[in-house]
Amino acid sequence: MAGDGAGVRSATARASSFSRSPAVASPKPEIPGVKHGPNGAAFVSSGIPDLDRILGGGFQLGTVVMVMEDPEAPHHLLLLRNFMAQGLVHRQPLLFASPSKEPRAFLGTLPSPVSASKDERPRSTLVPDLDAQDHEKELRIAWQYKKYFGEQQNSELHNKDCRQEFCNDFDLRKPLERQLLNAQHIDCISLLDSPKLGVLQDHCSTFLSKLPRNDGNIGYAGRVAIQSLCAPQCGHFEMEWDMVSFIRSLRAMVRSSNAVAVITCPTSVLPHSFSKRWQHLADTLLSVRAIPDEDKDMAKLLTGYHDMIGLLHVHKVAQINSQVPVILDATTFSLKLQRRRSLVLERLNQAPVDGSTGSPYGTPGTSGSLKCSSIDF
Amino acid sequence: MTSDASNLLDEALGLGGGRAFVGRVVLVEDCVETSGAFVLHHLMKRFLSPESRGTLLLVALAHPFSHYDRILRKMGCNLSGQRDSNKLHFLDMLRMDFPGQIDGKTIELGFSGLFSKIQTAIEVAAMTGNNNGGITIMIDDISMLEIAAHGCLDEILDFLHYCITLTSEHGCSLVILNHGDVYSSEEATSLLSHLEYLADIVVKTEPLATGLAADVHGQLTVLNHGSFEGQGHSMSKYRNFQFKVKENCAEFFYPGSRKT
Repeated sequence: MAGDGAGVRSATARASSFSRSPAVASPKPEIPGVKHGPNGAAFVSSGIPDLDRILGGGFQLGTVVMVMEDPEAPHHLLLLRNFMAQGLVHRQPLLFASPSKEPRAFLGTLPSPVSASKDERPRSTLVPDLDAQDHEKELRIAWQYKKYFGEQQNSELHNKDCRQEFCNDFDLRKPLERQLLNAQHIDCISLLDSPKLGVLQDHCSTFLSKLPRNDGNIGYAGRVAIQSLCAPQCGHFEMEWDMVSFIRSLRAMVRSSNAVAVITCPTSVLPHSFSKRWQHLADTLLSVRAIPDEDKDMAKLLTGYHDMIGLLHVHKVAQINSQVPVILDATTFSLKLQRRRSLVLERLNQAPVDGSTGSPYGTPGTSGSLKCSSIDF
Repeated sequence: MTSDASNLLDEALGLGGGRAFVGRVVLVEDCVETSGAFVLHHLMKRFLSPESRGTLLLVALAHPFSHYDRILRKMGCNLSGQRDSNKLHFLDMLRMDFPGQIDGKTIELGFSGLFSKIQTAIEVAAMTGNNNGGITIMIDDISMLEIAAHGCLDEILDFLHYCITLTSEHGCSLVILNHGDVYSSEEATSLLSHLEYLADIVVKTEPLATGLAADVHGQLTVLNHGSFEGQGHSMSKYRNFQFKVKENCAEFFYPGSRKT
């Protein structure tokens, strides 16, 4: 902390408080899987392109993301799997804790990215800069001069192949390649082995101490995924205070490191006041909910009801280094499987109702599919 | 124009006309949907402004220094500079933890350590004569303190009382952020009711009943129990208005009177 403060102080010594700090102006080094945003933010992808867009870039490094589970359906695992798989694809270090006896077995269920060669076109809406750059280059270089640049172009193409996309689409039906799962940088622990949470806390602090954040210079980004913290089977009864103090210290550690922590939690088992404390501690707060299969009223009300597998609600978006709250156009999104394999989020569409029933026809604000939110960039 | 608009909050707090509050306790209550941090930032800027000539002691439990620094910089206030000139004392308590076994003893020790830090900072400020405009202790936020203490209410209340004695001794004022919705379910001993009792001014931030809006971020309720100086009788004042938070300031306006 003291080092951080000293860094800030030296930065102000160089420039007055109103000028843009040089660290922001200079181009940041490219790290696979990390994207920079306003207010000194750095993002890693959530593994779901639509969720990245909704949150204004992805999960912000140095924040805690909390997913409130549906007590009856495992939808939170969809988010968790994509988050972990995206990290492994980018070869980012991963710490995974789960209440099962064999947490490593969960890695076998991670989805694999949709390969671009087979797919007609990857949904690369989040990497338009890359495409645009290439396109621009092609425009600038008239075709007859192309031969002079042949070698350079080839090497660039090669580079592009190596360079990973910020966010992949994942095929939920295909498991991730084995070689990615056997990497050294994956740490799995079972919450059952940590009755006092001390073991988990030690793992987190050793994991995060390897990913320090130094001024403006971001090295590796790490991911911490904790599944069903405070699940009843772990026997963490009467330990609510230990639980919140664990999250608080995790939050403090994550703030000073290049990592994102995603915690899913069955909030329904917590007393109300502690559930609220958890929500206050989370920087980004999401909740998932299953939808009943045979709800005729809902089916009439919403278009595409049959394709939906659940709802995702965005309660809070991280606001680090800024006091302005993020106001989204919509906060509830439907979780759908596109072509039965990749996860997409769409804004809820109200089905058109005929005038005789007196119901509104296409309420403004809900028409059209997922529009870019105002914080998109 | 913006200064006029900001004055709605200052007026409700009794800060209008360049006055500072001396010896007051201000409680800011927020909820998950609407963060009250911007009220703290507004007050921070106000206390550190050249006119107020005060000293600010920030007990930061929720965010690192860089977070506050970036926000206040956008509001036109250089926290690093203020810290160098000893107008701001920043206590980084983000990682505050009581090591070892949690029992009454260690927690008490932890709190007395924190309090002695606060006391030394205040004595230093009083010595250097930087306190013409008063010293303000700001705690962001006290629920973190509660978590660190594992909910030992007695220790926190003791700590608060010590802080409040400082208000009479050195003419400090106290600004505390807490989360109101944590205590909305029935809990036998709630910190919030104690705080509300101790506070002279309660500022509540709530979301609009009609839901999220891009133009209005929420509403503020300011309850000022304070007595008006000179008149001798105490009078509670209740204000309600809406706000919009921007990067460089917050706009305050009465419902329906927002100028676009």
